[in-house]
Amino acid sequence: MAVFEGLAEKLQNTFKKLRGKGKLTEADIKEALREVRLALFEADVSFKVVKSFENKIKERCMGREILESLTPGQQVIKIVNDELTELMGGTQSKITIASKPPTVVMLVGLQGAGKTTTAGKLANLLRKQGRRPLLVAGDVYRPAAIKQLQVLGQQLDIPVFSMGDGISPVAIAKGAIEYAQSNGRDLVIIDTAGRLHINEELMDELKNIKAEVKPHEILLVVDAMTGQVAVEVAETFNNQLGVDGVILTKLDGDARGGAALSIKAITGRPIKFAGMGEKLDALEPFYPDRMASRILGMGDVLSLIEKAQASFDAEQAQKLQTKLRNAEFTLEDFLDQMQQMKKMGPLESILEMLPGIGNKQMKEFKEQIDEKEIARTEAIIKSMTPEERRNPAILNGSRKKRIARGSGTKIQEVNRFLKQFEQTRAMMKQFAGMEKKMKKTGGKGFKLPFFGK
Amino acid sequence: MGFFSKLKDLKEGLTKTRKQFVEKIENLVSFTKQIDEDFFEELEEILIQGDVGVNTSMELVEKLRAQVKARKIEDPAELKAVLKELVREILGEETESLNLTGQPLSIFVVVGVNGVGKTTTIGKLAHKLKAEGKKVILAAGDTFRAAAIDQLEIWGNRAGVDVIKHNEGADPAAVAFDAVQAARARKADCLIIDTAGRLHTKTNLMEELKKVRRVIEREIPGAPHEVLLVLDATTGQNAVQQAKIFGQAAGVTGIALTKLDGTAKGGVVISIKAELDVPVKLIGIGEGMEDLRLFDAREYAEALFE
Ligand SMILES: Nc1nc2c(ncn2[C@@H]2O[C@H](COP(=O)(O)OP(=O)(O)O)[C@@H](O)[C@H]2O)c(=O)[nH]1
Ligand SMILES: [Mg+2]
Repeated sequence: MAVFEGLAEKLQNTFKKLRGKGKLTEADIKEALREVRLALFEADVSFKVVKSFENKIKERCMGREILESLTPGQQVIKIVNDELTELMGGTQSKITIASKPPTVVMLVGLQGAGKTTTAGKLANLLRKQGRRPLLVAGDVYRPAAIKQLQVLGQQLDIPVFSMGDGISPVAIAKGAIEYAQSNGRDLVIIDTAGRLHINEELMDELKNIKAEVKPHEILLVVDAMTGQVAVEVAETFNNQLGVDGVILTKLDGDARGGAALSIKAITGRPIKFAGMGEKLDALEPFYPDRMASRILGMGDVLSLIEKAQASFDAEQAQKLQTKLRNAEFTLEDFLDQMQQMKKMGPLESILEMLPGIGNKQMKEFKEQIDEKEIARTEAIIKSMTPEERRNPAILNGSRKKRIARGSGTKIQEVNRFLKQFEQTRAMMKQFAGMEKKMKKTGGKGFKLPFFGK
Repeated sequence: MGFFSKLKDLKEGLTKTRKQFVEKIENLVSFTKQIDEDFFEELEEILIQGDVGVNTSMELVEKLRAQVKARKIEDPAELKAVLKELVREILGEETESLNLTGQPLSIFVVVGVNGVGKTTTIGKLAHKLKAEGKKVILAAGDTFRAAAIDQLEIWGNRAGVDVIKHNEGADPAAVAFDAVQAARARKADCLIIDTAGRLHTKTNLMEELKKVRRVIEREIPGAPHEVLLVLDATTGQNAVQQAKIFGQAAGVTGIALTKLDGTAKGGVVISIKAELDVPVKLIGIGEGMEDLRLFDAREYAEALFE
């Protein structure tokens, strides 16, 4: 559909514009962030959340992480995706179990979110983990809601506690706890009627149930398709009731699920489970990282980034590392690396291979890199014969002259580069030995011999 | 006066968001001294926040921009009226109504994803049509969800209309077939067929819906007269996708937008009308029998910006 299609492409295009410029202006970042913002809006992430998220990304981009990158577009997407994943939090698909049974779980949410079905699924899941659940029919308002839960209970062979629809849900909840205690049920799952967060009377009813039975978990059930209102709903339920976790339903559809992000960001409560279908075993742990890329809707771009990183395969890395340690690293390897780097983006890929370089050092290195110098260096190496690259010692005056001409540089520059390369090679060898020491001292104060500004 | 004074239940429900929405626009308008890029951008964000959707919002703002130029508008306050005009333009001026012209009977099929309010809407609609003097029959075509048949039967009782049903797990097309025969035999004016909620992404379930449709088409030429897609107003941009796929599979003729009594509002309506040109015909504004209204695009746009 028009709304969703082409967004990734649009983003890519924006980022293409960013690529290849020497410096990233604030206006560039602003433009890129606008596309990210729109992507999040199309995924139904709430406005407030998008705004604060955007600021975070802006900070990280302003922190020059993009400037040094050779493919800023991919870098931004990666930053956005990483931030999203972090914001979504870790996997926490657990229910707090009471030290003194029964554990009481209460499901709340808007009408049609999927509470009743989720109650059945949750009972099923927790029974597999050794619990003895009791389902409680607390929706006395919707026609046949009690019957619905009873049918589910029958299908699952799990008892359902009901007192009909002529009695208050508070009394039902209370009765259910007593029933569970005298019948050896160690887990009570209370289904409640769907209600609007602005319906004070019904919100009070939930508070009364809470006060009466003191649930160990109040779980907010939210439809993955929810729009901008998600944040308000989550906020209200959380403020009024105190929500312990969230279950996201209907994730087997194609909604991008931005509501998940909004809810997490606003309440800080973990999304614990995801409803993945109508069957009673279709309740799964919630995976924040999957959700992040789903919301961003750029699976293709993300896998591209992954591929680019993987293409720098492990074997190559191993070889290179050995070479580095033994100072066998030649100009040919260097050219290889430079070309790899071009494909993959940041110089990180090569620097990461150096033993003992932490993030901090990495940053320092990166800050010293001058892109023009890199291009010049590449031209110099390319103007050498393979033999020369492997064995720079054979470079005499006339060879150097030829190289300078071929690369459009001066002979002095060729000389300077060769000298620096030798120094670096020596230094790399040292690094291997310094590995431990560096970790201890924090290893400050390097100067990268080439590409310095 | 407008929509809201006439429909007092709706007013109560809509007031809250209307306030937020209108307040935001009003704040924006009154705090802005100058119509500049930031102003347009902010306006676009307000629309997005109302679930209007990125494309439609941008389109609206684009049009607004053109108007500002053409009419040489300099006062930001004037923009509100222009925006209202533009929204109304998308929503359409004329009032939509339900097609009850079928002979010997009109058949409505009600479709949508899980939990949007199909069964409830059918109950309310049966009540409404009956009050208008029509003989209505309901068909319990949701044979999948636990107790869905019971739920419809309760609504049938409330509205005082017959419900044709099979057992849980039965073929919905067979239910539809029997219901058509019964409706004909009982000389009903309108048969409303409930269906199980299904995500539009499940192709096999969408095929099932096509089958129901084929059965009806075969029995009564020109039927179904309405295929109503029920959309939950709290749904975000996925609603557009739902409208599109249900439209392809079932030939949706109109939308029933439910849960407008919450704070999620008609933004999605604008988006759907703009992108798919499927008219909204009904709105649900509560869980009671009376909480169903014909959608009036003009009054709605008016009310939203009042
Ligand atoms: N607040 C509100 N709730 C509604 C409205 N329409 C339906 N509901 C509720 O939404 C829930 C799901 O409705 P139901 O008719 O069972 O949905 P179905 O699965 O699509 O048939 C029920 O709790 C209904 O009472 C509405 O307009 N406003
Ligand atoms: Mg139903």
